Amino acid sequence: MKTRHVKTARSGWKTALGVVLAGVMLFPVYWMVNVSLTKTRDLRADPPHWFPWNPTFEGYADALGQQLPALATSLFIGLGTVVVTLVVSLPAGFALARLRPRGTRLLDFLLLAAQMIPAVVMAMGFYAVYLRLGLLNTVWGLIVADSTLAVPFGVLLFRAFMAGIPAEVLAAAQIDGASTWRAFRSIVLPLSRNSVITVSLFAFLWAWSDFIFASTLNRSSDVIPITLGIFRYIGNNTTQWNSIMATAVIASLPAAVLLVLAQRYIAAGVTAGAVKD
Amino acid sequence: MISQSHTRTGAVRGAAHAASRGRRTGRWTAAAFLAPLIVYLLVFYAYPLYRNIDLSLHDYTPRAFIQGDAEFTGLDNYRAILSDDTFLRALRNTAVFTLASIAAQYAIGLALAVFFHRNFRLSGVLRALFLVPWLLPLIVSASTWSWLLNSDNGIVNAALQAFGIGQINWLTSPGTSLLAVTIANIWLGVPFNLVILYAGLQNIPSDLYEAAGLDGAGPWQRFTRITFPLLRPVSLITLLLGLIYTLKVVDIIWIMTRGGPADASTTLAIWSYREAFGTGQPDFSPAAAVGNLLILIAFVAGLAHVRLQREETA
Repeated sequence: MKTRHVKTARSGWKTALGVVLAGVMLFPVYWMVNVSLTKTRDLRADPPHWFPWNPTFEGYADALGQQLPALATSLFIGLGTVVVTLVVSLPAGFALARLRPRGTRLLDFLLLAAQMIPAVVMAMGFYAVYLRLGLLNTVWGLIVADSTLAVPFGVLLFRAFMAGIPAEVLAAAQIDGASTWRAFRSIVLPLSRNSVITVSLFAFLWAWSDFIFASTLNRSSDVIPITLGIFRYIGNNTTQWNSIMATAVIASLPAAVLLVLAQRYIAAGVTAGAVKD
Repeated sequence: MISQSHTRTGAVRGAAHAASRGRRTGRWTAAAFLAPLIVYLLVFYAYPLYRNIDLSLHDYTPRAFIQGDAEFTGLDNYRAILSDDTFLRALRNTAVFTLASIAAQYAIGLALAVFFHRNFRLSGVLRALFLVPWLLPLIVSASTWSWLLNSDNGIVNAALQAFGIGQINWLTSPGTSLLAVTIANIWLGVPFNLVILYAGLQNIPSDLYEAAGLDGAGPWQRFTRITFPLLRPVSLITLLLGLIYTLKVVDIIWIMTRGGPADASTTLAIWSYREAFGTGQPDFSPAAAVGNLLILIAFVAGLAHVRLQREETA
């Protein structure tokens, strides 16, 4: 009885410390929301207002008025990137996990090496190629470039997942005379639902957050994603930080939604490949 | 795995014609499933990389870039960047930024992972909240940090003032800009370290701790004798991924300081980005040379990791 009491007391202490630590970690996020609700004339108050006692939505009105097209562009680019990533990495993951192709080791190495290439280098290569193909400043060019952030991850994750599908399940399909394609489509794909969700979430989030490709391949375009929208906003009016922070809050919404709705997929994605059992 | 494929080849070799035909179609099927990836890697990785090497070996002026008649200059671009004043500065900044970032991220991530290791009330929710910095778009984090560290109106300076510390120009003075972007980058990287190290901790058998507890080992001893040694492989991969990721960071520095003032926060990646895209006058050839240098550094780090892992298993 006494030990149990001590235990809850100790874990209560841990919860309290955990709340404080999370508060410190998330302070910048709180501050972003706080500033986004501050009146323009209060931005220069000294000391700064710790809490938006009389909040204003001027910032949000500004943000939506100016950045709505950019948000739509980012949404489209994110979805396009998900499609490209899945189309390339799903069959490849299946082949590597199940069909024992030649050159598996070489591909493994290439996929790891691909992730070491700095985005600046990729951006210069893409710039040179797109200049010739007329793909600079297009949404399509950006979708393809953004997909390079997610394809190696997608292949490695699908491969790891599909290698875990019991052999009997696939063998049963072979006896039924299903072609490999049919087995892939009607057995492997439905079973891989969770890993498809994980890869799609990350592909979307990375494309939505991309700044380097947007600022290099799309820099003189009228159709820009939200990241570039915020960057130009900062460059244009450094006094309207409430509007900038309001745009930042809106740009963070997909991340927030993902965190609430899909936390287990996120944790699965971060640890994939990094920790071996 | 290996023995399995051996018996497999043996069986196939012994089998009749039909079987070997089946195997051949099997190979074609595998190739068909892999084809999109292979085409993708060739067009969107290999070719841009080749173009990048090509850029670094020619003298591409913006005009030559469009017309495609740049002069071949061999290793001149590499010689030029190695003897540039910016090079040593950028190399030093890259080393400081990268090593300070991954060391602090790892230490904080590990401390938090150990803290969260045993479940307590709300631990799941709190752990999820720690993921937030990692999920936010970098432009959001970078602009938020810019405002936090703003000289006149930033909350950080306001808080320091309360302790009698005068105004610090975090982003605009050469003495602190590298420190400022490093702090922001550490904040960004903690969640990744926490998640991976936490998952690694879950794989350590709990009876080890129980046995150590029976032997009278305290928390610190349990950490140094069990947790830390058994976590070594996970720690190595975490540090390697952190290194590779931090070497290529552009966004956060570019958005906060643009590498300034006066190159004070210019890393190799920032230098490359600035030469190619940061000014009105794009200078792709030296930018590509710097970029290739970065790949080389990441590659060497990767090889060192493979070496360490081999020693571990040997």
